[in-house]
Amino acid sequence: MGFLNRLDDPFNAEGIILGKVEDLLNWGRARSDWYLSFGLACCAIEFMAVNASHFDLMRFGCIPRPSPRQADFIIISGTVTMKMAERIITLYEQMAEPKYVLSMGSCANSGGPYWEHGYHVLKGIDRVIPVDVYVPGCPPKPEAFLDGIVKLQKKINQQAIFKKRAKLAEEEKIIVND
Amino acid sequence: MERKFIEYDFGRVDSERMRLNVGPQHPSTHGVLRLEIELEGEIVTDVIPHIGYLHRCFEKYCEQMQYPQVIPYIDRLDYIASMNNEWPFVMGVEKMMNIQVPERVEYIRVIFAELNRIANHQIAVATFGMDAGAFTPFLYLFRDREMILNLFEHTSGARLLYNYFWVGGLAHDVPPNFKDTALNIIKTVRATNEEVMRLLMGNKIFVERTVKVGILPADVAINFACSGPVLRGSGVEWDLRKAQPYSIYDRFDFNVCVGSNEIGVIGDSWNRNIVRMNEMEQSCRIIEQAIAQMPNEGDVREKFPKKVRPPKGEIYCSAENPKGELGFYLVADGGNKPFRLKSRPTSFVNLAVLPEICKGYMVADLILILGSIDIVLGEVDR
Repeated sequence: MGFLNRLDDPFNAEGIILGKVEDLLNWGRARSDWYLSFGLACCAIEFMAVNASHFDLMRFGCIPRPSPRQADFIIISGTVTMKMAERIITLYEQMAEPKYVLSMGSCANSGGPYWEHGYHVLKGIDRVIPVDVYVPGCPPKPEAFLDGIVKLQKKINQQAIFKKRAKLAEEEKIIVND
Repeated sequence: MERKFIEYDFGRVDSERMRLNVGPQHPSTHGVLRLEIELEGEIVTDVIPHIGYLHRCFEKYCEQMQYPQVIPYIDRLDYIASMNNEWPFVMGVEKMMNIQVPERVEYIRVIFAELNRIANHQIAVATFGMDAGAFTPFLYLFRDREMILNLFEHTSGARLLYNYFWVGGLAHDVPPNFKDTALNIIKTVRATNEEVMRLLMGNKIFVERTVKVGILPADVAINFACSGPVLRGSGVEWDLRKAQPYSIYDRFDFNVCVGSNEIGVIGDSWNRNIVRMNEMEQSCRIIEQAIAQMPNEGDVREKFPKKVRPPKGEIYCSAENPKGELGFYLVADGGNKPFRLKSRPTSFVNLAVLPEICKGYMVADLILILGSIDIVLGEVDR
């Protein structure tokens, strides 16, 4: 799928790559996703571990940005309460298009352990903002989280930029497989 | 080391007081804490912490869940030091039910609690360094923390939220190479600590930023019921492991670390941090002694009760968490669910002192003072 795979094309003599501009743009976008750096709960600690030396998230091209205006995607890392949900909606709306959401952990996916009696817990962040990738676990292992990042990059790779509306219908059908 | 004290003298400049919001998604508020600060120029005149962004209905849950089911929720209070969290609750229930846990279980509990104390202090020092702009100690300390988490994962199956201390024993026995791994961890922790002491604690920039910032006098700390490194940084020698030894802590030889005026003054941010650094060394000492004394044979599930039903009554049981005293007040009605479980959260109590100690400092110092208190919002909001 990757743009550089085109180098294997028969037309690649003299360093020429034949391809779509869209693929080039997507290739760039998928490999430099900047995420909005903020943490919510337990998952944020695991997320810090992903950022630190052992797992090193930056090798995937992900760099933390403290401002939503400069972020490509947002990681919902932890339990979302009713009080915090308002802020997350604001943050999401402040982000520039195209934007993506990665929901990390059971709490953000569905309320998790606080599903049954948690009167102040939002039962899944997808009730307020659209989610692209769900990472299950309580908290997810760093390897699982990195897999989520890779899935998100695959999704960005397949996104339509030109003739968006025509392709949108088709894109809806795309399911990112392993 | 003598530090020149800068007098902030702006003469008679009339300026409007400004109200600013820090948080709740600010990167250096250590979670979802919102601080409403009032500024005069760049000097903080008032701070109001707004909490409740992570209120996860813990106490309500405890009334709905059976005793063994409560333990995972206790893990999620102070999610950096879950092993320590479980202990006071488990201890309280055991006391009510008159269960005497086996020696081996006590030793394993001590070792894991102290390992988790090291892991907690590593995060505290690392993020505190990050607040001051030092990124390298963060990487070094997290590298070592992975070793501890790997041991926890081998033992309990989870990296962060363990559900390992059960009423009457432990969920699983330790892995076969447990002792060697633990000793290996201690060796690495000591080596890295030495490095961090030079790299961060002795760093001139760091010292300039933290010394004489956020001074907490001992009497104020006691009046605000602070505990843990925040209290000990102010020079008060109070550690529950020494003051009212629970479990088997009276068998070990270790010191209570307190702040000193070696660099700076007693009770400043630097002292709170050096207490954490020294406590890691003391934890290493405890683990070494515990490993040497630990019995090799024994079933950790031997004393599991068939049903966890404490008799009617109430109990307050507390333990020395990495962040301070964590206590649980448990009211049992004879059923299989707690009638009421009230926690005495460390971070919440320690956070209360923040408005008191950051008045008169710069905004940039406010972040450092907050970092030096080392709060976890899961425990503040519960």
